[in-house]
Amino acid sequence: MVRRLPRKDVVIVGLGWTGSILAYELSHTGLDVVAIERGPWRDTATDFNIGTAADELRYAVRQDIFLRPKQETLTMRNNPSQTALPIRKWGSFLPGNGVGGAGVHWNGQTWRFLPDDFRIRSHYTERYGEAFLPEGNHIQDWPVSFEELEPYYDKFERVAGISGKAGNIKGQIQPGGNPFEGARERDYPTPPMKQGYQQELFSQAATKMGLHPFPRPSANLSAAYTNPYGCSMAPCTFCGFCEWFGCANYSKSSPQTCVLPALIREPTFEARTECEVTKVNLTVDGKMATGVTYVDANGEEWEQPADLVLVCAYALFNVRLLLLSGIGKPYDPARDEGVVGRNYAYQTGSGSLAFFENVNFNPFAAAGSTGVALDDYNSDNFDHAPHGFVGGASITCAHTNGRPIRFHPTPKGTPNWGSAWKKAVHDTYQRVASVGAQGSVMSYRNNYLDLDPTYKDALGRPLMRMTFDYQPNEQKMANWMADRCDEIAKAMGAKSTQINRLGVPWNVVPYQTTHNTGGAVMGSDPKTSVLNRYLQSWDVPNVFVMGASAFPQNAGYNPTGTVGALTYLALDGIFNYLKSSGPLVQP
Amino acid sequence: MRLRHLLVLLPLLALGRAAADPDNYVAIERGKALATAGDCIACHTASGGQPFAGGLALQTPFGAIMTPNITPDNLTGIGSWSKDDFARAMHEGRRPAGTYLYPAFPYPYYARVTRGDLDAIYAYLQTLPPVENRVNRNTLPFPFNIRLSMAGWNGLFFTPGEFKPDPKRSDEFNRGAYLVEGLGHCGACHTPFNSFGASQNDKYLQGNQIDNWTAPNITNDMQAGLGKWTVADIVQYLKTGQTRFSLASGPMKDVIENSTSKMAEADLKAMAVYLKERGAAGSPAPAPLAASDPRMQMGEAVFVDTCSACHMRSGDGVEHLFPTLAGNVVATQDDPASLIRIIIAGGRAASTDTTPTAPSMPSLGWRLGDEQIAAVVTYVRNSWGNAAAPVSAETVKAERARVTGAGD
Repeated sequence: MVRRLPRKDVVIVGLGWTGSILAYELSHTGLDVVAIERGPWRDTATDFNIGTAADELRYAVRQDIFLRPKQETLTMRNNPSQTALPIRKWGSFLPGNGVGGAGVHWNGQTWRFLPDDFRIRSHYTERYGEAFLPEGNHIQDWPVSFEELEPYYDKFERVAGISGKAGNIKGQIQPGGNPFEGARERDYPTPPMKQGYQQELFSQAATKMGLHPFPRPSANLSAAYTNPYGCSMAPCTFCGFCEWFGCANYSKSSPQTCVLPALIREPTFEARTECEVTKVNLTVDGKMATGVTYVDANGEEWEQPADLVLVCAYALFNVRLLLLSGIGKPYDPARDEGVVGRNYAYQTGSGSLAFFENVNFNPFAAAGSTGVALDDYNSDNFDHAPHGFVGGASITCAHTNGRPIRFHPTPKGTPNWGSAWKKAVHDTYQRVASVGAQGSVMSYRNNYLDLDPTYKDALGRPLMRMTFDYQPNEQKMANWMADRCDEIAKAMGAKSTQINRLGVPWNVVPYQTTHNTGGAVMGSDPKTSVLNRYLQSWDVPNVFVMGASAFPQNAGYNPTGTVGALTYLALDGIFNYLKSSGPLVQP
Repeated sequence: MRLRHLLVLLPLLALGRAAADPDNYVAIERGKALATAGDCIACHTASGGQPFAGGLALQTPFGAIMTPNITPDNLTGIGSWSKDDFARAMHEGRRPAGTYLYPAFPYPYYARVTRGDLDAIYAYLQTLPPVENRVNRNTLPFPFNIRLSMAGWNGLFFTPGEFKPDPKRSDEFNRGAYLVEGLGHCGACHTPFNSFGASQNDKYLQGNQIDNWTAPNITNDMQAGLGKWTVADIVQYLKTGQTRFSLASGPMKDVIENSTSKMAEADLKAMAVYLKERGAAGSPAPAPLAASDPRMQMGEAVFVDTCSACHMRSGDGVEHLFPTLAGNVVATQDDPASLIRIIIAGGRAASTDTTPTAPSMPSLGWRLGDEQIAAVVTYVRNSWGNAAAPVSAETVKAERARVTGAGD
């Protein structure tokens, strides 16, 4: 039996970056806010003790703070002609679990997308003609411009304390920064991180090649910082335990360090952890949400009525919740109609591994975002006409760790065990550098999310089905980028290099990246988008959906900076909605 | 149907007291501010219990004393008390029936509070929701369970009488003195006890040990006290739990969260002025241990390995998060208890509106032995300009047993 709880002003599904920011901002105005989170409470003081946080076996190998397939999984196939099968061990991407979400375990690379990325279809069409766009694409402009989003990027960077070097302040190019970035009002809140020796070699080589290297923006902080919410952070100690770990040192921006200390002081805020929202409830005519239904840790079912429902779970699970709740028309690739599940995209990874002699790179002295990057090959910063692909990549020389269990790079051909392997590890550990390209993925008619016809979860609800593969455009782009990486690696003085090309078909087993985007995209036309520019549902105006699920396609960067900016944009929309209910944009 | 009406009415009845006398609003708000300054809630609330409903076990050298329920519940609280009854308890340490209260309830301090302020506190407490919570008030072992013995104690150690301002001092000083010596009862923790559990007035505010925490010297002493702190530093500390010298932890963290962070800034400044101007007392600074001392060398090794990532090699720490150890008076108290226990058991700083983060120091007792802790404590007490007596492994061992409850 479902029991109904007293009404709240706002119910938030998921307490990660977006959920905690909205919860703080809204409860701070006096609204009654409840956040319902599937996983456990996580807190720096109690969960990430400096004496135990750096446990590679527990966190990186056994994936202690990640979602378990038992809680939720999905089925996967590369194209509509295949039968999708359930993912039984998370591999290619690792969704977070619990308060803080993926904001706990991320590396902290915090980018702004480039101005061209936001009007990508118009831009490519103007410059190269529409025929240049790849076959079967669903590439579409964002409903906001970079200029409109700039103040919101700034807000998120201030809250997270991002360490970086501006490349363009109000149109003035800044030496040492990224000259391709969109004009920003002011510099980053903290100076860029210190870099290692391999980054120095990369910078020298790239500069000599006429490229424009810069320290990448980092949520591992270079200096002590107190954010606008009053939360304090400490300078990073370069311990090398960022990705897949919680930070014990108050150095990595996360909901735990940047938002929760202020949020939990708000008397009108409540968090209910280990409670999974199963459905957003709608009025009989389906035009308004009435709240959510959730199941608590004891399997008891509760209805939480609320005036406003903010869907703030991980991108993939936002899409599934919309599909299960009947919000928006599900996407049908056969007819190329409907919107929920449409435009799922991912990220490419390719590059070059470079082996050196007579160097000590000290890979253990690292942070998740140490690295020097360049954007000469990103977005449309270079002429695409001779290459026959759209999109680009940020190219980075980075090292995030030298941890004992997993970090032992060896040249190709080295045995997997025995004394030859040991010798290779010994010879290579200090002498390997990576130059990697993180590339965009366009959206296509046949890359999408829907409900699986066969497999169900423990509560009897259909799993979500992911149909995805890298298309020829992405293969061409990523492999061209791998060659650019290799040129730079050789110019750095590597004795030998090993090119890593894009693996096709896309394989769900080896870890690649947890940058899943799309499926509930924002847009200007309800026929091709789920949300308007304020991330408000076209169909149910008291539902807002945060996260990278709103990206119409993915750019050549990590998503979190843009997710944060969109959250603050949506917050302005929510404040307007609270003043005068109804759709904020007329289709 | 009738039952449902009754259920609806019940909460209204409960609120009735507060709503009954709207003219009293100003006095009630004043009483609330005074009760906050007195931090009544800290002792009169059990862990996880209802505010002011009592039941917290106060550990004294004579045994545990359970704090009473001071909500206006007629049977288990102070609902049937008159304001004269309340004033008598606060001024004389006597219950309405005349029986004696133990001075774990710091009436020797509250005796200084004016009757007008006590009436305001009484008015405020009467507006609280009454909570039925029966507390066993007789937990002390023989012979301390004989409450009449407190008559003799009072004769020896208790001076009744309200606070008398010193006409030679400023109004601000006198206001500070009134708060510190009266409701604030700072001396209850910061003044050493004699063997009868009474504050030693000749060592007023010179530091004490409470629950295995050092309550430091808060006279204006340069070495161990507030000598290097400005009035603004003290105000900032009481407001936020932190200054450039220090980060509150242990019982003081609770005092800051529940009490001083919510007090008016003018009152905090008055307290600071009083503490700075009333005088200095403390033991003279010893010469620091030589860096070549083997204990210092071992301590430095432990420090670099375990502590320096956060507290920095220079001992400077990180503002708002990791306290500086250089010049930190907690580190150089005669009594090293806080330093030792925070390494063994960890600790957490205060969360306030201006400084919400409440950083934590992890427990390191599981990976550092007694000798290592003794060495690193000795090192911290004698580096970067600090100077204090070395600490032995035996001291650490005894403290560890008390803190973790682990015997030999």
